Amino acid sequence: MPYEPVLTRHVNEPQSYTLDFYLKHQRGYEGLRKALTLQPHDIIEQVKASGLRGRGGAGFPTGLKWQFVLKDTPKPKYLCCNADESEPGTFKDHVLMERNPHLLIEGCAIACYAIGAKVAYIYIRGEFYHVQQVLEAEIEKAYTAGYLGKNILGSGSDCDVYVHRGAGAYEAGEETALIESLEGKRAQPRIKPPFPAVAGLYHCPTAVNNVETLCNVPLIVLNGPEWFASLGPEKNGGPKLFCISGHVKTPGVYEASMHTTLRQLIFDHAGGMMDDRPLKAVIPGGSSVPLLLPDQLDVPSSFDSIQKAGSLLGSAGIIVMNDTVCMVWLAMNLLHFYRHESCGKCTPCREGTDWLFKLLRRIESGEGRPKDLDLLFGVSSNIVGKTLCAFGDAAATPVLSTMKVFRAEYEAHVREGRCTLPAEWRARQPVFAGAH
Amino acid sequence: MSFHPRMDYAPAKFHQSARALPEEGEPFAYTPENQAKFDACVKRYPPDQRKSAILYALYLAQGQQGSLTRAAMDHVATQIGCTAAEVEDVVSYYTMFFTKPVGKYVLYVCRTLSCALVGAERVTEELEAALGIQRGETDPDGTFTLVEVECLGACDRAPVVMVNDGWQERLSPDRVRQFLDDLRARGEASLSGCHLCKER
Repeated sequence: MPYEPVLTRHVNEPQSYTLDFYLKHQRGYEGLRKALTLQPHDIIEQVKASGLRGRGGAGFPTGLKWQFVLKDTPKPKYLCCNADESEPGTFKDHVLMERNPHLLIEGCAIACYAIGAKVAYIYIRGEFYHVQQVLEAEIEKAYTAGYLGKNILGSGSDCDVYVHRGAGAYEAGEETALIESLEGKRAQPRIKPPFPAVAGLYHCPTAVNNVETLCNVPLIVLNGPEWFASLGPEKNGGPKLFCISGHVKTPGVYEASMHTTLRQLIFDHAGGMMDDRPLKAVIPGGSSVPLLLPDQLDVPSSFDSIQKAGSLLGSAGIIVMNDTVCMVWLAMNLLHFYRHESCGKCTPCREGTDWLFKLLRRIESGEGRPKDLDLLFGVSSNIVGKTLCAFGDAAATPVLSTMKVFRAEYEAHVREGRCTLPAEWRARQPVFAGAH
Repeated sequence: MSFHPRMDYAPAKFHQSARALPEEGEPFAYTPENQAKFDACVKRYPPDQRKSAILYALYLAQGQQGSLTRAAMDHVATQIGCTAAEVEDVVSYYTMFFTKPVGKYVLYVCRTLSCALVGAERVTEELEAALGIQRGETDPDGTFTLVEVECLGACDRAPVVMVNDGWQERLSPDRVRQFLDDLRARGEASLSGCHLCKER
């Protein structure tokens, strides 16, 4: 049976972002209506039963996260929606917020009711100004229609949703860093515990959820947890958005169940390889996860299966690379990213990413020394597990993963003093400043 | 941000963050419209958490005079009720705030993997050649500032260039000069925009 998209079915239709369209074609706000007749803990139980896992990267069960939010406290509770979509290769929330904003607004309202929050902040990255315009206009309409504000739909509960614009920081996607940024500070992570569920925004109990996660919530309430779980493999239920970019014919956001294999996603959904060149490697979950080789793609693209194959689903940002891509260049490009985005709080990450980039640049430009490869490994190993947040591990991953699988390319760079891919391929490939 | 401005691991112009103190600048105060916008924004947060509005306050100040001077930061500090050092702490962290004057159009070229795989570096080189400036610089007549940024989150429409708050998608290197001419002639209306919101 072909998979029927539920999150993105209408995104290419004109006016799909409007409230009228949402009410007419997507059973708009019926989920919220139903949720308000239930007890909050019943909603949490439903979300738990559905097996919904966080779509932001870690794949933590959402119901559990909500359950941990402190109940018996005089403090207000908050919901933060993480719309700081900055992971290289990921652009799914962009589509959802721009083309289906009411699904997110409804999800926020239900989540607020479930955890007992009265205010939700949608932390959107500063670069998504055009998305913010859409979102704020639609939130305004939802207020006017009575789906947000005081005494929503006559239920007696209140819910305010505000959009908070970031200003260009990848690290703000980490949940405690997001909270810091919302409080008006530098986006740097906090020491955990206490987790946000206990002491988050303004030191009040807080749930931080990804956009796609919250978009799934109205569907679960409306169609039931069994329906949701039945859409995918065990413990990996529900619809999933996959962002496919790089050397494919038709890059884009594709919705599929997590039964779909990576090969199907790349060759059926995204149209196969650009110029029909051979596939060299795939990053299956945003730049922070290890790469997979062409013979590892016949696994279902679920959190658990990809983990078994040696990588992670992460944020489902699938970056496909053909044979013209030099793996040392790839690691250097990504380390430039991590060096730039490291928040600077933990020394291993702040200094380590800088060292790694310098080493990679030296190797890539043909000036590498044989001992540099061990040095790369040594520096990476001294970052992994030694930082407050997962950024450190993520930053070391491109180096460790390319070194493990493509060590011969590194050695060839050092031995030959240049990139050993054919010169005409290098000419096709964008060259990094200062290299070659 | 860079933590070692004096270490020579990349061309000096590569660094966007400056260690020098920002210019004092002209005396600064919000226009009445911006003051009203700020006052409305502060209401979104709990009364004792005015600092949450700091990013918004800085965007307002930057929108009003193009970049953030000391005087503007002091004004923001007064509005928020924090110290000037706290404001500068925030300004120096985020990449979308400028402490030096920038051109009318700031071109943010995405350089991270997905864009780089389809030629973002070529786009930057073409822009540098066409404008006669290096990345990180502003052209002499103050029209364009060229900045390289990390992933913009539209990898399927690579290479992506953000122009102020607008978007240009799939900018191939051979169309760069045309793109600049269009921008000079028609301003931000010439941009492709985000393909998702075409019909608006």
